[in-house]
Amino acid sequence: MNAKVTVKIPRPLYERIQEVITDSGFNSPTDFIVFVLRDLVGDRALEKDKPEDGIKPAYSNEELAEVRRKLENLGYL
Amino acid sequence: MIPAHGGRLVNRMADGTQRDELLAAAKSAPRLTLNAREGADLEMIGVGAMSPLKGFMNRADLDSVVHKCRLANGVVWPLAVTLSNKGVDCKTGNTLALEDEGGNLLGVIEVEEVYSYDKDEEAQGTLGTADDAHPGVQYLKSIGDQYIAGPIWVLDLPKHDFANERRLTPRETRVLFDMKGWNSIVAFQTRNPIHRAHEYLTKCALEIVDGLLIHPLVGETKSDDIPAKVRMDCYHALLADYYPKDRAVLAVYPQAMRYAGPREAMFHALLRQNYGCTHFIVGRDHAGVGDYYSTYEAQDFLKQYASEIDIEPLYFEHAFWDKKAGAMASSKTGAATEKEDKIFLSGTKVREMLRAGERPPVEFTRPEVADILIESMASKAAV
Repeated sequence: MNAKVTVKIPRPLYERIQEVITDSGFNSPTDFIVFVLRDLVGDRALEKDKPEDGIKPAYSNEELAEVRRKLENLGYL
Repeated sequence: MIPAHGGRLVNRMADGTQRDELLAAAKSAPRLTLNAREGADLEMIGVGAMSPLKGFMNRADLDSVVHKCRLANGVVWPLAVTLSNKGVDCKTGNTLALEDEGGNLLGVIEVEEVYSYDKDEEAQGTLGTADDAHPGVQYLKSIGDQYIAGPIWVLDLPKHDFANERRLTPRETRVLFDMKGWNSIVAFQTRNPIHRAHEYLTKCALEIVDGLLIHPLVGETKSDDIPAKVRMDCYHALLADYYPKDRAVLAVYPQAMRYAGPREAMFHALLRQNYGCTHFIVGRDHAGVGDYYSTYEAQDFLKQYASEIDIEPLYFEHAFWDKKAGAMASSKTGAATEKEDKIFLSGTKVREMLRAGERPPVEFTRPEVADILIESMASKAAV
């Protein structure tokens, strides 16, 4: 399976990105878009799995069990 | 539970497919070696201890920190968190693989900016001095002239050879406090063994909160500080016999010391807030070195920002054994007014006694702690 997919974006936006990356370290608009999206999606993914207040850490049940074991081994629970 | 500084607990630990992708990208990326402090900073950023930072600072943030004690977005932030270049040819948009001094891959940085900054200006703003004898200034002068800024992702945390089970992340300490039902938690930062004076401060604080987090700094310190491994033995000995088992916990704080006095006191407080603590002990000459900062300068500095930080500092004065009262005390609580009625030893005097194999008085330090330090000094002398 090809690890990459094609995404269509408006041409003016593409051309604007071409201008923005001139003399930067980005080799192509694709590199720039992946850079931006990875940061954005990475953060959003973390936000999504947290409660709305962002204060208490969110864990899956498995992760929580692992943390609990770690704390029990320290004698704290 | 108290919010993280800046509102959200950052998590820059890559996992799942994202980690796989970044590992693949790191294979072909130029590699930048982090020094010990930078490696510790990477760890702290990755686990969210440095929230809201997501990476190493750009010029706008650094400049704002130096001159305004804030990030460029206005959030209070006292110290520089920068990554020095070591001759890697890179520019904005590049991805660099970050490795420790042993060549182990730690993470990646997506380069946002490459820039230079005047070291004297940085030192004066953050350390309050540009004197070459200050260890923080020496560090700045020892690293390259160019900084690399950008968000990071951590692939693997730095490896350590001690206290690994006590390297609790902010997410883990928050789970711990939640499970213990603690609503108020006081953090005690230390880079020293806990003597009776420190024990007194922590117990005074424990009178008014639900729990105590003893949170020793175990990152890089000056060569003449007691090694973290030895200190850990002292903390274990003390906790075993002298603290309530259900209300005091010990975890380690991986950061390197900056010796930045007042600004570092704020740094230590804000980062403990990220660990979920609501209160923070600030004693005399917090994070100080030599005579660069006055005894209570850190306390006065923190008070200026009281309305802008969520964690509540608890300020303590010089503590000692009060012979008249027969108890630990400070100038606020003691009956003793004359020097001869107070038992307090200078660091130099204590080191002399320990080197000679002599226990300091029990009013100064617990015998179990003294014995560990005597043994450590004897082993060091034998090498």
